[in-house]
Amino acid sequence: MKKVTLTIDGLQLRADEGSTVLQAALANGLYIPNLCNHPDLVPAGLCRVCVVKVDDWKISISCKLPVKEGMVISTEDPEVQRIRKSTVELLVANHPMTCLTCSRDANCELQRVASYVGITQESLKRYRRSVRQLPIDSSNPFFDIDHSKCVLCGICVRTCDELQNINAIDYVRRGVHTTVGTLGNKPITQSCCESCGECVARCPVAALAPKESPISMREVKSVCTYCGVGCGILLGVRGEKVVGVRGDRDNPVNRGSLCVKGRYGFKFINHPDRLTTPLVRKDGVLVPASWDEALERVAANFSEHKGEQFAALASARITNEDNYLIQKFTRAVMQTNNIDHCARL
Amino acid sequence: MTNSIAEIGEAATILAVGTNTTQAHPVLALQVKKAARNGARLIVANPKKIDLCRHATLHLQHRPGTDVPLLMGMARVIVDEGLADMAFIQARCEDYEAFVASLADFSPERVAAITGVPAEQIVAAARMYAGYGPASILYCMGITQHSHGTDNVWAVSNLALLTGNLGKFASGVNPLRGQNNVQGSCDMGGLPNVYPGYQQVNDPKVREKFESAWGLSLSPDPGLTLGEVFDRMYDGTIKSLYLVGENPVLTEANANHAIAALKNLDFLVVQDIFLTETALLADVVLPAATFAEKDGTFTNTERRVQRVRQAIAPRGEAKPDWQIVAELAGKMGAKGFDFSGPEEIMVEIASLTPSYGGISYPRLEGAGLQWPCPDKDHPGTPTLHVERFGTASGKAKMIPLAFRDADELPDGEYPLVLTTDRSLFHYHSGSMTRRVAGLEQLNSEELLKINPRDAKALGLADKEMVQVTSRRGTMTVRTSLSQVCPPGLVSMTFHFAESPTNVLTNPARDPVAKIPETKVCAVRVDKIAQP
Repeated sequence: MKKVTLTIDGLQLRADEGSTVLQAALANGLYIPNLCNHPDLVPAGLCRVCVVKVDDWKISISCKLPVKEGMVISTEDPEVQRIRKSTVELLVANHPMTCLTCSRDANCELQRVASYVGITQESLKRYRRSVRQLPIDSSNPFFDIDHSKCVLCGICVRTCDELQNINAIDYVRRGVHTTVGTLGNKPITQSCCESCGECVARCPVAALAPKESPISMREVKSVCTYCGVGCGILLGVRGEKVVGVRGDRDNPVNRGSLCVKGRYGFKFINHPDRLTTPLVRKDGVLVPASWDEALERVAANFSEHKGEQFAALASARITNEDNYLIQKFTRAVMQTNNIDHCARL
Repeated sequence: MTNSIAEIGEAATILAVGTNTTQAHPVLALQVKKAARNGARLIVANPKKIDLCRHATLHLQHRPGTDVPLLMGMARVIVDEGLADMAFIQARCEDYEAFVASLADFSPERVAAITGVPAEQIVAAARMYAGYGPASILYCMGITQHSHGTDNVWAVSNLALLTGNLGKFASGVNPLRGQNNVQGSCDMGGLPNVYPGYQQVNDPKVREKFESAWGLSLSPDPGLTLGEVFDRMYDGTIKSLYLVGENPVLTEANANHAIAALKNLDFLVVQDIFLTETALLADVVLPAATFAEKDGTFTNTERRVQRVRQAIAPRGEAKPDWQIVAELAGKMGAKGFDFSGPEEIMVEIASLTPSYGGISYPRLEGAGLQWPCPDKDHPGTPTLHVERFGTASGKAKMIPLAFRDADELPDGEYPLVLTTDRSLFHYHSGSMTRRVAGLEQLNSEELLKINPRDAKALGLADKEMVQVTSRRGTMTVRTSLSQVCPPGLVSMTFHFAESPTNVLTNPARDPVAKIPETKVCAVRVDKIAQP
């Protein structure tokens, strides 16, 4: 791809032709404050936080500004600082100050831009604070929608449209009353929402937040256990429990996307119904037994039914290694090719 | 799949036949929707007005079980209008003449009469598929779960060969595999006629290879498929069954027969993570670890072998399946099962399976590998059949086909056709997803989708409990009046033990693939008499 050279705050950098100044900056590890930008989405230019000064004469939003050869950008010009500070102040003035009890605390894009542009209690005094008290839509079992925390960046709306093509949500009402909502502004579960959680995963604040969001102690890279697409996942673990699932953006299959089952359907793992000990039928009832007792009973019976009196059904749900050993056991130990699995169901 | 998932988004035309992609493969469906959004032509062929139709250029709403005439009708138009890729056919295909001769029976008018799809739509679909490449066909169990499922797959393959849409980037035949590792289970020889890597059990050379690797003699006779196993259990030939990670009480076609067969066994061992409906019938239940509790690999629908990694210790005394099998084999005095772990098992798999020959755990770090991957330097194969097909001659056969209707058609006593599908919120017999409270809240019961016109004729209201009966069984379920089903067709999933759909379904099997016809059976829907 053709490259162009531009200068941002005195640093010369190379960027792909056709990219925007914001993309060029972020790709080179330079932070320009922004809220409505998301790498998966078409730049929308909604939040006006990413303003920069171009060639020392005009102010522009960097997310919509194509790079040009020889372009000179300032992100710290006094006029830029003044404009973006006001923009962020207006958002913060209307935002609930409940950061310490918010699930996105310390991982919030609004906090990040607010601290970057230097919002203080003092600077907010010139605004009349009017936090909107809007009812939380808690109808979805996996996430809540808290409009009072919404910064109207539209990332959720664009995710549902551009990526998911579901269009369950859009802006509703006008002006200062604008919120994100469903058709007829009904609870989200009464819309065509598929609960994939892609909007929740991209929300820069906690307007869309998982109902339970324990921060994991560690993450383990794996593959989803549901359909045959094989999405890459990161299993969030805390103690002896799987507490969350994230899409793996490095995986070529799903590039971070997940469906409702993949993202939220993990609670069976630690479910109290799990079988935790072998069971053996005694006097017509299944009762707990030791592995030794159970396997000896199986071995004794299988030894008497080698060949055509025996069949094994392996599983499309277990690993290649598990399946390999089951077919080897059937063919080598049980002396029959009566091995199949649920491939046709 | 002959292509990779990411290639779907690059296709110029997509024919999605017998796949409810947004419900059963939601993340793969993003590629289909992306292509459609970017201007690709999306042809949805499905008896139901599924969600994907919202994104389609054309919806061919054919009568269930008439995929062969529909696809052959398209092929006939392509041949008649000179749209076939003759260069591709001459270079890479066989039996073109015999195939063309069999198209004589499939004029658009006759096909329209059989399928219920207007002739002009068949012509439009044919022109679209043949005219705008690269074209990709996606199919799923709407194609395979028929008593003529193999013919359906041949029909799909014929259409791709006829237009040269195979073995190229974004252009191919793409069966969407349903379960996380159904591809891998087949690859690993979890089938009665083949060893790992689809090596035939009745090929003496292959058998000798495995006999020498495993150090014993092996049976030369192919075994029985799942449906046949149940028949032999029912008649008492098979006395002992080792059933792993499967719940046939809910998932087997004609489930009442399957239950009777299970009860007729001398000895049933079920290895699972929950006490499923099937496990309740077992003599011994062995507790298995979930995917989050063990290491291993899954192979996805695009043949990508990926690493599954242990995140937590198995619950209680549960163990990974490979370990249970290894310990059982040890108890029976067998040799060749003392593996230190899955990585060592993969070394043996690679040594005996040509298509997995180059696969090893260190190489799977990162993006995994797509088979065939025959040696340790091979980069894997994103697109299949680029230069030759896997036949003796290297050429693909075109198959002459005739129309066979579904095994069981509606009649006066059972006037409606039942087809089965999947819910986005549940998985198979529901043993996992129904234990996730949120998924259960979003979809808590089976619903019989029925056209309002049929409901009105039967005097049924929306959400009314009704009785559904086929020649094989009866069950109760709540209605959902829906335009998704055309008049004459009703539809259910099979995720709910309270409404066991498979007591109704027809076990009639395809003669080659032995797959049951769970996509078409005749049923009656009755009001439940008020007490």
